[in-house]
Amino acid sequence: MSIDKHLIRKDSLEKLFDILKQNSKKIYAPVPKNGKLSFKEAESYSEIPTGYIQTTQSSKEVAFPRTEKLLDYSKSNEGITVKGIKIDDFPEIILWGVRPCDAMGIDQISAIFNWDYKDEIYNSRLSRVTILGFSCSKADEYCFCTSVGGNPGNTEGSDILFTRLGDDGDYLAEVLTGKGSAITSMLPGLFEKAGEIKKEKFLADIPIKFKNEEIRKKLENFFESDQWIEHSLKCLGCGACAYVCPTCACFDIQDESHGKSGSRVRCWDSCGFSLFTLHTSGHNPREVQSQRWRQRIMHKFSYMPDRLSVYGCTGCGRCSRACPADMNILEQLISIQEAAV
Amino acid sequence: MTDNLYMPYLMKIEKVTYEAPGVKTFMLKFVNEEDQHNFTFKAGQFGEYSVYGVGESTFCIASSPTREGYIECTFRQTGKVTNALSGCEEGSIIGFRGPYGNTFPIDEWKGKNLLFIAGGIALPPMRCVIWNALDLRDNFKDVTIIYGARSVKDLVYKHELQDWQGRKDVKLITTVDPGGESPDWKGEIGFVPTIVEKIAPSSVNTIAIVCGPPVMIKYTFPVLAKLGFTDENIFTTLENRMKCGFGKCGRCNIGKYYVCKDGPVFTAAQLNELPDEY
Repeated sequence: MSIDKHLIRKDSLEKLFDILKQNSKKIYAPVPKNGKLSFKEAESYSEIPTGYIQTTQSSKEVAFPRTEKLLDYSKSNEGITVKGIKIDDFPEIILWGVRPCDAMGIDQISAIFNWDYKDEIYNSRLSRVTILGFSCSKADEYCFCTSVGGNPGNTEGSDILFTRLGDDGDYLAEVLTGKGSAITSMLPGLFEKAGEIKKEKFLADIPIKFKNEEIRKKLENFFESDQWIEHSLKCLGCGACAYVCPTCACFDIQDESHGKSGSRVRCWDSCGFSLFTLHTSGHNPREVQSQRWRQRIMHKFSYMPDRLSVYGCTGCGRCSRACPADMNILEQLISIQEAAV
Repeated sequence: MTDNLYMPYLMKIEKVTYEAPGVKTFMLKFVNEEDQHNFTFKAGQFGEYSVYGVGESTFCIASSPTREGYIECTFRQTGKVTNALSGCEEGSIIGFRGPYGNTFPIDEWKGKNLLFIAGGIALPPMRCVIWNALDLRDNFKDVTIIYGARSVKDLVYKHELQDWQGRKDVKLITTVDPGGESPDWKGEIGFVPTIVEKIAPSSVNTIAIVCGPPVMIKYTFPVLAKLGFTDENIFTTLENRMKCGFGKCGRCNIGKYYVCKDGPVFTAAQLNELPDEY
């Protein structure tokens, strides 16, 4: 659908929050806790800070929780009963305050869960999420969305994208999907029809540092490069980069038992862990950290575009912010682009 | 089945066969008759077998699709799940998801000689194709099986080896690693690649199916090349670690190819194009 542009007064955002909340919607928004900013269920508008650049964790958790049940089982003398989780029972969620890089990441994860086999658990959760994106007026040195096809006012993935028109200004609301217009049409009093507004001048300036396509092309003949060793020397294999990443979707499946009953769960995993590919025999196809780091970059910038026609990076910069060893993905990607093969 | 891709079929263990130290075969039947009725698979495919409360483990289907009404799996007791499976008795219920992955193109092999080369616990994925071919014996010319294990006691499917040994339409060569022979051992002694070189099977109109530990595969391919096999006529099946079995969990890939989706069956020609990550 064509973009439907509205204006919402800065004072009306709180009203919007309250009305959505009263409509018994769960609202997940950036909420500070223990020095971190994470998407949690917000009870009141005042809990949500303004002016943040990025949340600590991405918003992928609403559709792809870090641990989720796949089935329950219970054993008795009569036998075993196994029940898959009900995929129609997931809650309706408003995801509030998502940055454009996270909204774009949801499309990338969806590509993983929907090529070939369709993962209806993921799809069902996502179908119940309405994404209210907020453009970025500020960025830091880790941000590089413009190098991977995004931008600080990118509408991709959002149902409504809000852009603040100046430091103390009102908001432009770009209504992008049916889910978005369901909100604006429910609350006509809050949204005014907007005229021609150029939002670009209110967005953060994020210079392009490299080109996705060039990295992808370079990686075609880069598998044996020594750079992987050099780049991963500092890597602790802690997996933090994968946990904060809005597009990392690799998971493990484990059983949790409590006496005679329990559940099968899937939980986030990371290609950075040595156990990730370890065979029972003891053989490990990726036995050293440089091979695991190579997998991470190749997957995002070569395998995903080849197989799924999407890249696996949104330039959010979280992996670099989170890395305890100060590895910087932006610097590494630039160095790959500049490398002589 | 439901929309939940992760829901296994409930399977009853009909029969447990002791194969070798730590190695067992389960004959499994679907608890739900409708599941049985709707289930089909082809030679080379695999599944996720689970003990509820312990977890899932990946193995091939070791029985032939020509034998309907049940599936079999053979596994070595090594990890958490295989240990729990090993503790299951006849009549127990376990889970099975599948079939997943691609298949051996056995329909395209009509009129050809088949050379099977297997090492150790890798005979099970090949047994599926061997029985599939033997049940359609008229479709193929010579069938040769070269099978090696570390020692005599580690050979699996001992009864079937005897069966194949006795058949006029199968040539079976068994071998054990040097030092693994017993006093009454009548087979070959030597590693699988060495024995293949010694037997020197003809490559004319022949498909070679090779399955074994990575090191065996790496040393057998050059021997086959020397014998004149082209890479397109050499097939193998790979076993990287997996969780989902259908291209989501992200760990079985070799370069951009997923063993669970693009494999597990690959030709040597395809492997030549892949990075050494298996």
